[in-house]
Amino acid sequence: MSAEVHAETPPVRTPAGSPVLAPGHDFATVTDKISALVLTRPTSRGWWIGFSLSFALVMLLLYTIAYLLTTGVGIWGINVPVGWGFAIVNFVWWIGIGHAGTLISAILLLLHQQWRTSINRFAEAMTLFAVACAGLFPLLHMGRPWYFYWLAPYPNSMQLWPQFRSPLVWDVFAVSTYLLVSLMFWYVGLVPDMATLRDRSTSRLGRVVYGILAMGWRGSARHWYRYESAYGLLAGLAAPLVVSVHTVVSFDFAVSVLPGWHSTVFPPYFVAGAIYSGFAMVLTLVIPIRAIYGLEDFITSRHLQNMAKVLLATGLIVAYGYLMEAFGAFYSGNPYERYLQVNRMIGPYAPMYWSLLVCNVLGPQLLWFRAFRTNPVLLFLVSLVVNVGMWLERYVIVVVSLHRDFLPSSWGMYSGTVWDWAMFAGTIGLFLSLVFLFLRFLPVISIFEMRTLLPEAKVKEEHG
Amino acid sequence: MSTGAPHWRDVASKDDAERLRALAETEFPGGVEASPIDRRRFLALAGASLGLAGLSGCMRAPAEKIVPFVHPVEGRVPGKPLYYATSMTLAGSATGLLVESYEGRPIKVEGNPAHPSSLGATDVFAQASVLGLYDPDRSKTVTYLGRPRIMGDLAGPLREALATAKHGKGLRILTETVGSPSLIRQRGELLERYPEARWHSYEPAMSGAASAGARMVFDQSVRTHYDLSKADVLVALDADFLGSGPGHLRYAHDFAARRREPLTAERMNRLYAVEPTPTITGARADHRLPVLARDVIHVARALANALGIGKWTDAPPDAATASFVQALADDLRSRRPGTTLVVAGDNQPAALAALVQAINRHLGNFGGTVLHTGVSEAPEDAGLSSLVELASDMREGRVTTLVNLSGNPVYTAPADLGFADAMKRVPLCVHLGLYQDETADYCQWHIPEAHYLEAWGDARGHDGTASIAQPLIAPLYAGKSALEVVGMLSGEPGRSGYEMVRETWQAHGSKQAGGFETWWRRTLHEGVIAGSASPTIEPRWRDDWQARAGLNGAAPARNAGPLEIVFRPDPTVFDGRFANNGWLQELPKPLTKLTWENVALISPATAQALGIKAATEGPHAGSHGEAIAPVVELTYGGQTLRAPAWVFPGQADGSIAVHLGYGRTRAGTLGSNIGFDANRLRASAAPHFGPGLDIRTTTTTTTLACTQLHQSMVDRQPVRTADLATFLKEPRFAQESAHTEGGDRRHPLTLYPDDHPMKGPQWGMVVDLNACTGCGACVVACQAENNISVVGKEQVARGREMHWMRIDRYFSGDSANPTAHVQPVMCMHCENAPCELVCPVEATTHSPDGLNEMTYNRCVGTRYCSNNCPYKVRRFNFLAFADYATASLKLLRNPDVTVRSRGVMEKCTYCVQRIREAEIDANNRKRPLRDGDVITACQAVCPTRAIVFGDIHDANSQVAKLRESQRNYGLLEELNTRPRTTYLASVRNPNPRLETR
Repeated sequence: MSAEVHAETPPVRTPAGSPVLAPGHDFATVTDKISALVLTRPTSRGWWIGFSLSFALVMLLLYTIAYLLTTGVGIWGINVPVGWGFAIVNFVWWIGIGHAGTLISAILLLLHQQWRTSINRFAEAMTLFAVACAGLFPLLHMGRPWYFYWLAPYPNSMQLWPQFRSPLVWDVFAVSTYLLVSLMFWYVGLVPDMATLRDRSTSRLGRVVYGILAMGWRGSARHWYRYESAYGLLAGLAAPLVVSVHTVVSFDFAVSVLPGWHSTVFPPYFVAGAIYSGFAMVLTLVIPIRAIYGLEDFITSRHLQNMAKVLLATGLIVAYGYLMEAFGAFYSGNPYERYLQVNRMIGPYAPMYWSLLVCNVLGPQLLWFRAFRTNPVLLFLVSLVVNVGMWLERYVIVVVSLHRDFLPSSWGMYSGTVWDWAMFAGTIGLFLSLVFLFLRFLPVISIFEMRTLLPEAKVKEEHG
Repeated sequence: MSTGAPHWRDVASKDDAERLRALAETEFPGGVEASPIDRRRFLALAGASLGLAGLSGCMRAPAEKIVPFVHPVEGRVPGKPLYYATSMTLAGSATGLLVESYEGRPIKVEGNPAHPSSLGATDVFAQASVLGLYDPDRSKTVTYLGRPRIMGDLAGPLREALATAKHGKGLRILTETVGSPSLIRQRGELLERYPEARWHSYEPAMSGAASAGARMVFDQSVRTHYDLSKADVLVALDADFLGSGPGHLRYAHDFAARRREPLTAERMNRLYAVEPTPTITGARADHRLPVLARDVIHVARALANALGIGKWTDAPPDAATASFVQALADDLRSRRPGTTLVVAGDNQPAALAALVQAINRHLGNFGGTVLHTGVSEAPEDAGLSSLVELASDMREGRVTTLVNLSGNPVYTAPADLGFADAMKRVPLCVHLGLYQDETADYCQWHIPEAHYLEAWGDARGHDGTASIAQPLIAPLYAGKSALEVVGMLSGEPGRSGYEMVRETWQAHGSKQAGGFETWWRRTLHEGVIAGSASPTIEPRWRDDWQARAGLNGAAPARNAGPLEIVFRPDPTVFDGRFANNGWLQELPKPLTKLTWENVALISPATAQALGIKAATEGPHAGSHGEAIAPVVELTYGGQTLRAPAWVFPGQADGSIAVHLGYGRTRAGTLGSNIGFDANRLRASAAPHFGPGLDIRTTTTTTTLACTQLHQSMVDRQPVRTADLATFLKEPRFAQESAHTEGGDRRHPLTLYPDDHPMKGPQWGMVVDLNACTGCGACVVACQAENNISVVGKEQVARGREMHWMRIDRYFSGDSANPTAHVQPVMCMHCENAPCELVCPVEATTHSPDGLNEMTYNRCVGTRYCSNNCPYKVRRFNFLAFADYATASLKLLRNPDVTVRSRGVMEKCTYCVQRIREAEIDANNRKRPLRDGDVITACQAVCPTRAIVFGDIHDANSQVAKLRESQRNYGLLEELNTRPRTTYLASVRNPNPRLETR
């Protein structure tokens, strides 16, 4: 209705150039458009189909977990020497995916990267869902998962604490802290939008539920003042976590004596890999959602391009990591390290290693071309390739290092069983189910933050 | 009214019999008579039960009184085990044992140090025999046509059969090799009473060639045994004297004693092996010549020629054999008389045994390394002929009553005898056995046999030393011993085995100081009858020995032509009698590392010529568990069967070896229907090897559970080895890789100062790789001691076997005839243990005395410790592997060791329960622990004493001295894990003249 009226409104531009919000929006259209996804748009048949499929996978996950708990981790393919398999591969993969959210919301916020605004809500939600999926694995991969709380320091009659030298204990702290801070950060960011939904909801249920979640937000200046400082503080808290979580996860490997794990390059290489896979997953999800829900105005080509550049940059860091790993092995003179590298390249898992290099090193090189960065379909395909590549990377690190270590007598092989795959597929289902619910019930894009991108908001800011 | 049809005669309807049996089993687990019930009878019984319900208190009450101990039994402390001496007989030869008993339950077998065939060691079979005792599949009741009966029911038919047959005509007894003096006496009495009766014996895995060979060269029957401690040069002609056969534990001990510390050129012996298929002895040999089984005698003839014994005009053997034989002959000739030894294998013809006697005589070894004794009271080993005779008599209807004592001839007899079919013509067949096995299927009557731990008996060791076998427990299922059954036949059904054994030794014992009772008690306590070893004799040599041995004239032409098949007893299930023993099934075969299955061994060159591929690693567990092997079709003597082919380095070209003991149909839950039955290919004319095998490839493959498919050490040196010359030049050749300060091994790289306080003993272990033969007894001993679960073939194939210790096997050199290396690997109890660092819950920690401890109930099962263990010695309960349900197996468990639940990591503890027990004991006696107070299970069982355990901080302890050895090195010590278990490098003693090979 107002497209023509606002046609002359200059598009919001960041110093770099292309718009982060399509021209022609004002406060009302932004609010309308985003809140409509939740409040007025009818639940589409596509949503139902997608949600049902995902939920079926959740059922598979629940069945697998029930079978796992009653029978034991022997239903998986793990053995001696490969004591960790899909569970840890998937854990690291999901945790890595969970990195983009906090990076986008916290670090880019602190760096005043305005383009983050339209994707941060979504990325944060994705982070939470990914961490939830990730969290299942270390819990369930234990031989006796019902004693998971023994990894936490709590007063107990055994007068025993966890063994603080073990990286697994550090993991517990790192991952749980990350989950809590991400959750708080996400929720605090949601509060003003909850109030918007409360105010615009036409149903009583919506008003009550969103009202409770809005925690009495009225949008007063005092609220905004408190909100800004809390959000900033949380961003400050969350920022180091982006680096710490995957650093600690990498310690699970780096602290060991195993060739292929015992490597000082792991922390930075894991962090870069995490950001890499996180951005890839954001792209994988955002590109179709943007098309389906018609959000091209808010998630513009500029966002896609920026994310593609982050992907390229982190992809190069990861490639450097692979190079250094190989170089380190040859330079060390350590026969075990050397053998490991050769085994990765020509051993029984060589196809995985080379596929990983193709996916993670060659794949993102396409992003040097503008066409790949600007074409959503091509970018989507590249992001899928990177997702697969990052899973393969973790498989190569976890399994290929374990399967042939020091003594040839204990060398073995590993392959996932149907239950390994069921568990993996189940968590993908869980992740997608949560994404579908999120799309249906919460604003995918931060409404109030999008409003600050409008020129009207700019004027006020300058006066303020 | 339905009566059970005599299904036993009809193999085709066996399924039905099976079903009936299962039905009876579930209905009457205790073996109460299952009589057919019709309506009338049901009503009668129902009425009677109603009437008698109130009188149920008057039912059979046990006659024994149950009273608490008013006075404690002497020496019995609840919770403390007692050891009783007994002995186990296998193939007629006994090993003296001390059996550990907890509250009346035998749970662990140790060797009897006083017994000359044991010296404290046992083999895998003795170790696993306690599991056999508690095997839930054991036969539990007397049966007639598969239906439960009571023992008394058998007396009638037997009496009738014996009464109708005059002088026992038509009565046949079939046993395995009889070594028991009491049974031999019983046999005499029986044959006296029934002069027309015949006693046959058949030992499937043995040939009796040694006795037959001796009869050819001496003018009397002679038994031969050896004194390896005097032998500087040993030659094994297809003889596995280190790994099997009577006295092998003693031989291995004496052989290895010359290779342990202090290792000098003078002490070290040299072993040559000539064999068709790799054995433990061949693996230890300094020179090994793979030849066809049928060519072994040619090598012996060439050797005899070279030594100047025979003057045969044989065609010259090929160049490699010729140079081998020449070097060997020169080596033998250069030694002093009585310091060499040539041994012929039991699987070879008697002529070889005769020729080898001649070679030993020529070398002056009689009375030195080769000892001859009289045949004592035992009948001579008849070989297969006795069984052949029995089979033909049965076929011709000359047998009216056949009593099978212990053996399982229906399964073990060579296929061409048609033994099972012949048995169908025998009106009355009685079977005594531990299981309702294949033979029981063909016998109307089956009597459950008493396990050797349940019955009185006696036996002789390899040198004739007699020992009394006393029971450790009352028969679990009212089983009878062979003695008692023979007693029954002799018309003395009431006489117990105990009385019979005492009677046998009455005359001997009464002459001893203190009278019979004193002697009896002392003998039972010692486990060995003092001075009962057969005296050595000097039998007269026969000058016509060549003619008698058929060695005159030229040897038949050696043609490389047809493929040869070689039959061998399986290294872990023997002739199949241990097929239902999970410990033995899961014990990796010493060299192939296969479990739960037998294969056809083929040399790489033959396999290539036949287009047979080597086994490849499967995707699930790979070389640690899963091997995918091609299936081949073996045709021999008109019989065809399918077998997995296993390309195996060291197997002689043109020779295919198959192991007996598999393919059983009625072994029990574990042992039935696994592997293939090689007996079906065996011909009675050549039961141990023969030419003319036809082999055809198929497109099928099969998955085998092999714990170590990888054969090479790659670029690593887990086993360090050198030849004697190198060792003498560089005695510290094995010690290069250690992290040390200034090259001094006593100053390892550590941040702790050297005076870091360590109180009390510091436990450590040294394994001498020069002594270890890789027999695997330690693996089973560890399993028995530590309640280690059996996981089954499928889980082994997934890389999940639970053994706390394993024997790694590597090959080096030429694939046609490689050098084999073995290395026992258990937890190294690293001082800098990588596993401890990574456990999140402190479930694995270090004890003050240097043990790497595993706290099972704290373990949450992250498996991080296993991943971080460079030795991969940790084992994880991926599933609920421990059997909590089977009642009889509960009796088996060692009460000192926790049974581990699902989801928990476990590993070698250095037998911590034994350490703590010794500590408490020493503390109670108010004395410090002494070296030798703690003997780990693996150490105790080792025949070669390759494993030494003790306090490494006690400079006088054996282990501390061995750690100072020049050959001492730590496995992967370059990782600075500072392992407490170290190894003594292996040194081989090759003949310099053969070195170029």
